[in-house]
Amino acid sequence: MVATSQAQFAAALFGPETMPLGLTTARGEADQSRFAVYRNNVSVALIKALEGRFPVTRRIVGDVFFRAMAHAFIAENKPKSPLIFEYGDALPSFIENFEPAAGLSYLADVARLEAGWTDAYHAAEGPVLAASDLGAMRQPMQCRFIAHPSAMLVKCSHPAGTIWAANQLAEVSPIAASGAETILIVRPFADVHVHILPVQDALFAERLFTGFNLGDAGQEALSRNDHFDFGTALVGLVALGAFAAIEEKGTT
Amino acid sequence: MSDFTLPIRAGVGLKPEHYGDIIETKPDIGFFEVHAENYMGAGGPPHRYLERISELYPISLHGVGLSIGAEGPLDTAHLARLKHLNERYRPASFSEHLAWSTHESAFLSDLLPLPYTLATLHRVAEHVDEVQQALGRKMLLENPSTYVLFEESTIDEIDFLEAVAARTGCGLLLDVNNVMVSAVNHHLDPYAYIDRFPLHRVGEIHLAGYDEAFDGAGERLLIDAHGSAVLDDVLKLYRHTIARGGPRPTLVEWDNNIPDWQTLFAEALKADGVLARASARKVA
Repeated sequence: MVATSQAQFAAALFGPETMPLGLTTARGEADQSRFAVYRNNVSVALIKALEGRFPVTRRIVGDVFFRAMAHAFIAENKPKSPLIFEYGDALPSFIENFEPAAGLSYLADVARLEAGWTDAYHAAEGPVLAASDLGAMRQPMQCRFIAHPSAMLVKCSHPAGTIWAANQLAEVSPIAASGAETILIVRPFADVHVHILPVQDALFAERLFTGFNLGDAGQEALSRNDHFDFGTALVGLVALGAFAAIEEKGTT
Repeated sequence: MSDFTLPIRAGVGLKPEHYGDIIETKPDIGFFEVHAENYMGAGGPPHRYLERISELYPISLHGVGLSIGAEGPLDTAHLARLKHLNERYRPASFSEHLAWSTHESAFLSDLLPLPYTLATLHRVAEHVDEVQQALGRKMLLENPSTYVLFEESTIDEIDFLEAVAARTGCGLLLDVNNVMVSAVNHHLDPYAYIDRFPLHRVGEIHLAGYDEAFDGAGERLLIDAHGSAVLDDVLKLYRHTIARGGPRPTLVEWDNNIPDWQTLFAEALKADGVLARASARKVA
């Protein structure tokens, strides 16, 4: 009689040929094909989790490529938590270094957007700042803006937002965009929204999200881009539900 | 209030695909069961819908990631998340599996089998105690579907479950599809299994569809797939279970290749019919 340790069982789930010691069947002999059911279950569950979280990434590369990439990812990245909807946080950076996808330089950015989408979907509820709240600022230039709990900016060196949006349709048309995009993902109410920010507003949004006050964020944005319009940019971000609250005091 | 208050009706697993249909049509169904881990995010649509649906129907909270059969200690952070859900939604029942799914820091995303020995019995009973203490309620422990046996096992599965229940006061969740799967896979008579099972401890029954394959020796191997309707042999075994132990809250599980709402609801109505006939007989 041989005892089977869970360490050995767990390791064998990810090894191609080995089977833990101490397994048997009603026939009285171990059967590799039966252990393979567990190996297959684990693999199918994890691939399904990644397919569910990265549908556009999958659509771009196709099922076969995606599955092979998922296999390679899983080999290096076991889920750390039973909260399987969090699995795949590291897929975007994995894609960056995944040699077979090197020709698709935008793929990691698309995956980053999709990972952020799930994060926004499951994020905490929070108040949503309204444009009418802006009038209450006593010293506007000293104010900081607290991001909504679901809000995040994804800075992409490729037009990942445009690619992602095009892939929400049944048929994908050719994409004209080619430059960098800063994307706001936010779920102010029931649904997750993905917005490609106007180029001149991207730096301003970034600065506000990292805790700069309104004055400093606006000044820097203006110094970098003549088309930046302070009021339009702020009201625009607020209207998209990017913020939860205004913090009146303090400067950076 | 009792720890198990699901109605003696059929219910189904709650799927995001069906949120809209359920809220719109308010179907006459006994309860909804949710996989606890899918509702462990901080907020968002899952909670938004579960809140509305839990106002309309009893909820059964079913964990798939606690790893009660693990060699290591229970994950206290996960236990705290379960406690939070239990307090927020006040489910009519909480259940988990006689299985393990985590090893050290890795989550293995499957319900893995454990040998039945005095040592594992002691450990599982301790873990069940810990869960019940943390949640402040009794739980149901589910019989697994398995594909392998362990050389070191010395205790019969039913005796093992019975002993855990006797030691901890937990109830049992009898998955009739798992009984069929394991019985075929290990050359046992599924009817003999049901006839020996302590049905008085059963607080809920699960039904699901299995897949079929062959093992290395060409023997029929059933796989617990949850990807189709309940098959006739499992329905027949279910009727036998109800006839023998009396009607119990019954869940139809369908987690893969999820059908439209009407198809799933029709599956629940089948089980409801079996329960209604059994209840009528009991009254008569």
